[in-house]
Amino acid sequence: MTNCPECDAPVGAKDRFCEECGRNLLVRATPVGGPDGSAAAQCACGSEDIDDDGFCEQCGRSQPVGRDRMEFVLPTIAGISDRGRRRARNEDSMAFGHVHARGVAAIVCDGVASSERSDEASQAAVDAANAVLVDALVEGSDPERATVLAVASANRAAGELARPEAQDVAPSCTYVSAMRTDSGVVVGWVGDSRAYWLADDGAKTPSRRLTKDDTWAAQLVADGVLTEAEAVNDRRSHVLSRWLGGDSGQVSPHVVTVVPEEGGIVLLCSDGLWNYLPEVEDLDAVRPRGAAPLEIARDLVAAALHAGGHDNITVVVIEVGVGRER
Amino acid sequence: MSAEFAVEVFQNEYLPEGAREVDAIVTVSASGVSSAPVSSADIAQVIIVDCSGSMRYPPAKLNAAKHATVTAIDALRDGVSFAVIEGTDTVRMVYPREQGLAVASTRTKLEAKRLVRGLTADGGTAMGRWLALADRVLARHRGGLKHAILLTDGQNQHETPAQLSRTLASISGHFTCDCRGVGTDWQVEELRKVAEAMLGTVDIVADPQGLADDFRAMTATAMGKAVGGVSLRLWTPEGAVVKFVKQVSPTVLDLTDRRTESGPRTGDYPTGAWGGESRDYHVCVQVKAAGVGDRMLAGRVSVLTAGGDVLGQGKVLAVWTDDSALSTRINREVAHYTGQAELAEVIQDGLEARKSGDVETATAKLGRAVALAASSGNTDTAKLLAKVVDVVDPVTGTVKLRPGVEDADEMTLDTRSTVTKRVGKP
Repeated sequence: MTNCPECDAPVGAKDRFCEECGRNLLVRATPVGGPDGSAAAQCACGSEDIDDDGFCEQCGRSQPVGRDRMEFVLPTIAGISDRGRRRARNEDSMAFGHVHARGVAAIVCDGVASSERSDEASQAAVDAANAVLVDALVEGSDPERATVLAVASANRAAGELARPEAQDVAPSCTYVSAMRTDSGVVVGWVGDSRAYWLADDGAKTPSRRLTKDDTWAAQLVADGVLTEAEAVNDRRSHVLSRWLGGDSGQVSPHVVTVVPEEGGIVLLCSDGLWNYLPEVEDLDAVRPRGAAPLEIARDLVAAALHAGGHDNITVVVIEVGVGRER
Repeated sequence: MSAEFAVEVFQNEYLPEGAREVDAIVTVSASGVSSAPVSSADIAQVIIVDCSGSMRYPPAKLNAAKHATVTAIDALRDGVSFAVIEGTDTVRMVYPREQGLAVASTRTKLEAKRLVRGLTADGGTAMGRWLALADRVLARHRGGLKHAILLTDGQNQHETPAQLSRTLASISGHFTCDCRGVGTDWQVEELRKVAEAMLGTVDIVADPQGLADDFRAMTATAMGKAVGGVSLRLWTPEGAVVKFVKQVSPTVLDLTDRRTESGPRTGDYPTGAWGGESRDYHVCVQVKAAGVGDRMLAGRVSVLTAGGDVLGQGKVLAVWTDDSALSTRINREVAHYTGQAELAEVIQDGLEARKSGDVETATAKLGRAVALAASSGNTDTAKLLAKVVDVVDPVTGTVKLRPGVEDADEMTLDTRSTVTKRVGKP
């Protein structure tokens, strides 16, 4: 016997809907507005006395509060979004959902620092996209089409935050999503948040990056103006050529589908991670093998924090492989 | 409680890796006082008049002191408690005759003024005894606002410095005492010690004619206070050391050694009575070093009533960064008051060196003072300095000591060295 996550009424193991409130028991997702990242009950110094602003009454250290560090776990998927060490707030957001026997969907959006309230933009975008993708999983509709619709919905949600008199700083964000169903993984993106396929050791399908950044530098590399090495050092390497938000216009995502024959993980992340671990080799060197998604996410975030944590870091890990999808 | 307190903190919270010292200027402002004046019954004022033999010469001095005391009595609101004390090498109640306080009314004020006019000068100077009697008299007062004015013209000759220090230690915090030196035969350092211990002001009244206005103003200020016994409470994290807590505006007053422990990692510093006014404090805390990216509460400053009610609170933060653009940023308020505190120090050191005949040190210190006063826009102090040194270049602080400086000018500079200029709003 378990309980309904919505109304806490007892539900049977085979119930599809809660008899009490009618909630679909086969669907679970991150809460709208983001996972609750409230402070740990205990400071690292051992004190349990934390003041209203999140400072320890003993050692004075600030405890993570609100969006500073968000963690969430569902079956076969886990995510962490961390403020990092330099930024005053976390402008990244993540959302994901799990639909029993159908699959999972996940989105990472990175608020554009030069726009206003970009934390609100990224949160509105992931929540809007997640609703679309989870519905598509429930209904079994086409993942590629769902991804396009999710981006449109996310773009609208972020765009609604814009103030008419401040269009040039309209809240904006990047977008990357993944939908895992029985027929494969569909990845969609706008901007420079990335998706990677990280294969199990010894697999025939090698690890690889699934996305190409929508940045001016990446565009110049594609056009042969810059080499990869030059682009990394170019000040334009992070200047986005496409994004979501009030000043983005109509945006359709790049969409790719992968059909892995063997096991591995799909990693979604913001540039707070890939700035430190850009190549699949870098990621492969850090990630633990045979570990649960949350543990992998924690190790990756810790590596970025250890390397300096210059930006917000968001990591979502999705298990892919025979027998691991339930 | 008839005042509202606001606390503001100015600092650069960003520290480079490995740094441990956190500086902040804490501005405490009390407002809403005039809309709800404190009841007269709450206020007590004692006037201590030096009647030592030296007050006889020039004769205008004792007359001016009497006139000033009369003026101060006139300025008392009816219903306020008061007393007048005569100080010599011993001490005596002038009014009321028995040890205690009278309640101001037309009749009591007339009686007091008549007795003050009859004062004569004879004997020596023992300020500790004067203050001890004032303390006993004020101890009977139930209200929260206790104020004294101490007027002297000479040095504390009939007591050792240690005796005076002991008395000050035993009465400090019981009442505030504003000190005035008339003429030029008193010692600035001695009177400053009394004023600082009693959280009051000190000033020179070189010309006795100016006393009456000064007494009236001091009494009016005392009548305008709304809450007494206010303290600053400072919480610091484990392993932290409080380097100093200084009032830096309107005057420099080091409160570091005035701390009373009030809880774990928490201490209270007295600030005396408050009217509608604003004061700035410089707090410097050394914390345990932390890693880049860490945020720490380096201090929490609370304003408390004597009863322990928290009237306002501010936070001093520390954030470690490897971004030198952030960590090297100079906070205007901290820089300004660091300069003002140094200004007071170099004036006092410079005058001390000048007295002892060390021309080189005196020239260097007073030159530095001229440069600091000029760069911070402290024109009042700059003017006082110009009476003691010839300023060649105020920017570099190039000066020459003036020969034949008037005692009054030198003492005025010394006395007012601690008066700071408020940081300018950008």
